Amino acid sequence: MTRRTLAVVSAGLGQPSSTRLLADQLAAAARDELVRSGAEVQIRPIELREHAHDVVNHLLTGFPSAALREALDTVAGADGLIAVTPIFNASYNGLFKSFFDVVDRDALADRPVLIGATGGTARHSLALEHAVRPMFAYLRAVVVPTVVYAAPEDWSGESADGALRARIRRAGIELAEQVDRRPVATGPADPFALTTTFEDLLAGRDPV
Amino acid sequence: MQFGVFTVGDVTVDPTNGRLPSERERIKAMVAIALKAEEVGLDVFATGEHHNPPFVPSSPTTMLGYLAARTERLLLSTSTTLITTNDPVKIAEDYAMLQHLADGRVDLMLGRGNTGPVYPWFGQDIRNGIPLAIENYDLLHRLWREDVVDWKGRFRSPLQSFTATPRPLDGVPPFVWHGSIRSPEIAEQAAYYGDGFFANHIFWPKEHTQRMIGLYRQRFEHYGHGSADQAIVGLGGQVFMRKNSQDAVREFRPYFDNAPVYGHGPSLEEFTRETPLTVGSPQQVIDRTLGFREYVGDYQRQLFLMDHAGLPLKTVLEQLDLLGEEVVPVLRKEFDSLRPVHVPEAPTHASLLAAAGGAKDNTVHAVDDVTGKAPEAAR
Repeated sequence: MTRRTLAVVSAGLGQPSSTRLLADQLAAAARDELVRSGAEVQIRPIELREHAHDVVNHLLTGFPSAALREALDTVAGADGLIAVTPIFNASYNGLFKSFFDVVDRDALADRPVLIGATGGTARHSLALEHAVRPMFAYLRAVVVPTVVYAAPEDWSGESADGALRARIRRAGIELAEQVDRRPVATGPADPFALTTTFEDLLAGRDPV
Repeated sequence: MQFGVFTVGDVTVDPTNGRLPSERERIKAMVAIALKAEEVGLDVFATGEHHNPPFVPSSPTTMLGYLAARTERLLLSTSTTLITTNDPVKIAEDYAMLQHLADGRVDLMLGRGNTGPVYPWFGQDIRNGIPLAIENYDLLHRLWREDVVDWKGRFRSPLQSFTATPRPLDGVPPFVWHGSIRSPEIAEQAAYYGDGFFANHIFWPKEHTQRMIGLYRQRFEHYGHGSADQAIVGLGGQVFMRKNSQDAVREFRPYFDNAPVYGHGPSLEEFTRETPLTVGSPQQVIDRTLGFREYVGDYQRQLFLMDHAGLPLKTVLEQLDLLGEEVVPVLRKEFDSLRPVHVPEAPTHASLLAAAGGAKDNTVHAVDDVTGKAPEAAR
């Protein structure tokens, strides 16, 4: 049986957080679809709130704490990523952006990503398209077409209902399909691996 | 094993009283620190090289030449010499000259420099950092070993029938260390030439050091310079000591909290846990430092950063007293008793001279003093 890992990053600040709730529902939808196609799925949630100080320390010192290193390795080594942020001032919140600012530049290349957001009004829903999607495009991730935005009116008794539920299911299926067509992730790249020979270095040739 | 201090040469305000030293004061303080290092029995003083404020040491061989005249035993080194933005020809000349003046008490550590704007001031581009380090060092290596060099490369003008003068003292080039925090290419470079490798080991978690040293040792063996555990390894370290560890923490905390590089970030406690920084009693420094060999193996040189973040000179000199009187004698004894006999000491001029089979005067005399025609033809 194929083993798949989904990293689920939530930048919600409240506890409990509607951002985390959306993230969990997106993860469940993607997992159900992967399980249907015969995979064994492990979900690895990452609450950025728990890493907030470490993220800032990494920005200042240039290296992550052990706990943050583990979170970054989880993101870099997953088969698929679900990333959900609250929308602040018409964009992702600072914690969400700062976290992805310390993710290795190449860590998400060709990685299937499902993005979602929550906000106080439905008027902010396009922030996913004008802010969150371009950031992942820059990181060369493969962002699935359906994005999921949840406004207060979308929640009904702490569970997504109606149009939101259908959208979550569709987005989950899209992510699962992208994951399914790729080989199993091999884990984060080793930054200390020697990728060239001294002969090539001396000859001024770029590593292959 | 060699012990010493390395300095960045930053002019930083003392956060406890707002006092900012002048450049002159800082330069004189660096000299005082070097002299103190010899006085308390340390082996090495290494100065950084920088070409932008708030740093003063833009001209390392000027300072080291002056120190050579004021010291008897101290080995003079750098931390680091910029192999990217300096002309390798000038490095060859400057450090060979220093070797003669210092009677061989010279080695140097090469590094790339990580400040983007500095590169264009010297006609270079930081994006070429690794290729510059590779090409420039390959030329430097030849200039010290071949009396007459014909050379062409990507980054400097070609050389035809060029002789770098003075020739290295006794025909033995200074020993070279290559320093890098996390570029495996530089560990590879050090291994290729059989040179030393120095891990910064102060601002970064020990895992970085462990990986880089591991790679260097493995490649050193691959290139046939000896077994992996015979590779020449140096480590940085950062300590602040008082007899009583609580006093050390209390006194150092404001310097830590406002320090360049890591200030205003992690707490002192987090940073001492995540990196090799040790703030406490001399015994704590001894224990922590002895622990380094558990993840890098037996190594040859330990340098401490003692004088940054605005610490006043008086405090730094007190730290050097503690280092020289209470810490290093114990470390020297312990490390020496732990090290197997087949693991060498760090090369010195004397050991390199012995390995070369004795001194030779390789002064190059021009044959034709009008044209400066290649002396090779005369041999």
